[in-house]
Amino acid sequence: MQQNLEHFRTIFFEECSDLLATAENHLSRLSDEVHGEEDIHAIFRAVHSVKGGAGTFGFDALVGFAHIFETALDILRGENIEITPAVTDLLLRANDILVVLVQNAESGSSVVPSQLENVHHGLESFIQDFKGGGGHSAEKNQESVQFIEQDTPSQKAYQIHFAPNLDMMRFGNEPYLIFRELSRLSTEGSLKVAVDVSKLPSLTEFNPENCYLAWLLELETEAPVSRLDECFEFVVDECSLAINESNSAIKTDTESKSENLNSISVLSCANQVSASSGKTTSDSSRSSSQAQAQISEQTVHSIRVELDRIDRLVNTVGEMVIKQAMVLDCAQVLHEETHGSSFASLMKGLDELTSYTRELQESVMAIRAQPVKAVFSRMPRLVRELAAQLNKEVRLEMEGENTEIDKTVIERLGEPLTHMIRNALDHGIESAEDRVKAGKPAYGTIQLSAEHKSGRIVIKIQDDGRGINREGVLKKARDQGILAPDAILSGEEIDQLIFHPGFSTAAQVTNISGRGVGMDVVKKSIQALGGRITIQSVEGQGCIFNLMLPLTLAVLDGMLVTVGKECYVIPLIHILETIRPQRLNVHKLVGGMEILDVRNKNIPLVYLHQFFEVPDAISDPTEGIIVIVETEGGEEVGIVVDELIAQQQVVLKSLEANYDPIPGISAATILGNGRVSLILDVNALKKRTIH
Amino acid sequence: MTKTVLTVDDSRTIREMVSFTLKGAGYEVMEAEDGVKALDTLKGKKPDIIITDLNMPNMDGLTLIKTLRSMPDYKSTPILMLTTEQGDDRKGEGRAAGATGWIVKPFDSEKLIQVVQKVCS
Repeated sequence: MQQNLEHFRTIFFEECSDLLATAENHLSRLSDEVHGEEDIHAIFRAVHSVKGGAGTFGFDALVGFAHIFETALDILRGENIEITPAVTDLLLRANDILVVLVQNAESGSSVVPSQLENVHHGLESFIQDFKGGGGHSAEKNQESVQFIEQDTPSQKAYQIHFAPNLDMMRFGNEPYLIFRELSRLSTEGSLKVAVDVSKLPSLTEFNPENCYLAWLLELETEAPVSRLDECFEFVVDECSLAINESNSAIKTDTESKSENLNSISVLSCANQVSASSGKTTSDSSRSSSQAQAQISEQTVHSIRVELDRIDRLVNTVGEMVIKQAMVLDCAQVLHEETHGSSFASLMKGLDELTSYTRELQESVMAIRAQPVKAVFSRMPRLVRELAAQLNKEVRLEMEGENTEIDKTVIERLGEPLTHMIRNALDHGIESAEDRVKAGKPAYGTIQLSAEHKSGRIVIKIQDDGRGINREGVLKKARDQGILAPDAILSGEEIDQLIFHPGFSTAAQVTNISGRGVGMDVVKKSIQALGGRITIQSVEGQGCIFNLMLPLTLAVLDGMLVTVGKECYVIPLIHILETIRPQRLNVHKLVGGMEILDVRNKNIPLVYLHQFFEVPDAISDPTEGIIVIVETEGGEEVGIVVDELIAQQQVVLKSLEANYDPIPGISAATILGNGRVSLILDVNALKKRTIH
Repeated sequence: MTKTVLTVDDSRTIREMVSFTLKGAGYEVMEAEDGVKALDTLKGKKPDIIITDLNMPNMDGLTLIKTLRSMPDYKSTPILMLTTEQGDDRKGEGRAAGATGWIVKPFDSEKLIQVVQKVCS
């Protein structure tokens, strides 16, 4: 059992990390004041489970603290107590201590967390306030009471009078099983059972679920009387029970017993009981080997793997993809040099290798992919609670919950998504009254959907509320000094203002959605994931947010371009189109900036060779290619490059990890030909167009 | 015939330990995370004993026990509740709801098997 305990220890610590994360999640909801009964219950259960498991493995310090934490939570979930910020703070600190204690238990450290005493006192006084003093603070976790017999075990004779109440058997308690246990305790053959049937009613009154029988048992045993008591522990409140030591040895003649019983028959069950217990032992040994076989046969439908291992796998496969492309390139060169005569089979083999490699990469990526359901599933409750709080009627429609996306992306999607839904509910959807006045149905609808589109994930949050109040936004922006008072913006540009740091149109910062932290943080989170967010709003009708995210963070779909002798990668997610412009569409403005007229839209140009000071590059846009990209804020920029090489997937290599951050560059990659290529940060480029 | 057990607990550690211990003792074990899933798992099956924790989401132990007792199939199935509390009131509550008996957490595997055999033929 020792080694198995090891295995369960691991599972326990895995579970603890889940539980503590859940607890923290719910605790943070408490501090956002969007809480319900459910949050406290969930936190209670989490701490309770930690305590339960900890007890099994003997992590005493952890058990002790978890117990007092649990007691406090128990009070909170029982009474109608207001959860003040002070209480929430105490709970949060207690959770932090718990996290440290779990870590200690796992690492074997016994370093007491510095705040432990403080928090412990805090919890104690909280508990005492509600239980009116009196020590619950010193509760011990006791195992069931173990009797320590002082005298040497000796054979004793007992008489047990057992008269169950009518309904004792209601809940599955079987006298026969009790007697079986007694017989196991008693010396071989010494158990004698005599039944009292005096209370049996007539057949017409007979209820088979009632117990009309009573018994007198006699046995000899070396076990202590507490052990005999234990046999009856579940039914002790539903029967009359008397266990007495008989001073005389068991009499085999039945006469002396019949004085005490109005018995019709005296049954001596000892032999029967021991015979059947013999049978059960051999039965169980057979079935245990059966069970073993079953365990090994059992199909495992899923398996838990440490993320580290998957990351390593992803990296290795990524490198493999690169190397394989390199080999293919070399082979291609050789093949061409020999005019396609030699190496034919090599080429064929490599072609097949390429397709297998691609498949391998896809499979590996798929390992980390999880349905967005994980994130979406939190939303219905959020909507329900918020709608109730705001006194609005709102329906949430979700689509595409099974769309899969990389695990790390999912984890970081939760917060921005939550925030946008809150916004929609708070600022977007109007009150039922206003909606009806506007000719809309009284209930508002929020549609949340996810789908795969051309190699990326598109998540849409659409509401049929009042849309962005452009006037309000404009005014606010002017008031906050974000805009010059006379600046003229298009409708879309005004919408974009909500992404500005510190911007909030809430007249009063509500507890629901606005501390001015809002949309700019959301946008940054999305961008950090390598994605984009755009907004479409129609005043009076509603608002659509589109989140575009790459399928995975490790690999990027990019367009390979050359500038001089250098090779760069432009992330596909930003590319709108590529153009070889005509002279008449390129205009130079006063101040040196150049723009490109694309279907009457003016797009500022950035010369990559200027930006990166690359010599010998094409400087005439009409001889090069302009790659039009969309940056944050939805603005378009034309990047002037020499040539487009290819569209391909590249494995991202972090610059920060290996070197230093470089403006204009978001990461690096190694191409098939072994060269390092830098991946452009289009937002940084855009800044360069405006001096 | 192999006896079957249904273990209901939201703690994965506990479920796995109970499962492992009882399988080692020759039982077949079904698992469920909470009361609702337990009822789902039971559909049509009649385990020889049900072991349930009390604190679970969606449907807690006491509610599960009461529900089971109201169903003819499980009226007299032995049900053990897992409790961390030594307090008699919890046991009383459990009994009132219809539990056959209880096991106090933390328990060791010997104790578990012992109590299971106590209520399950």
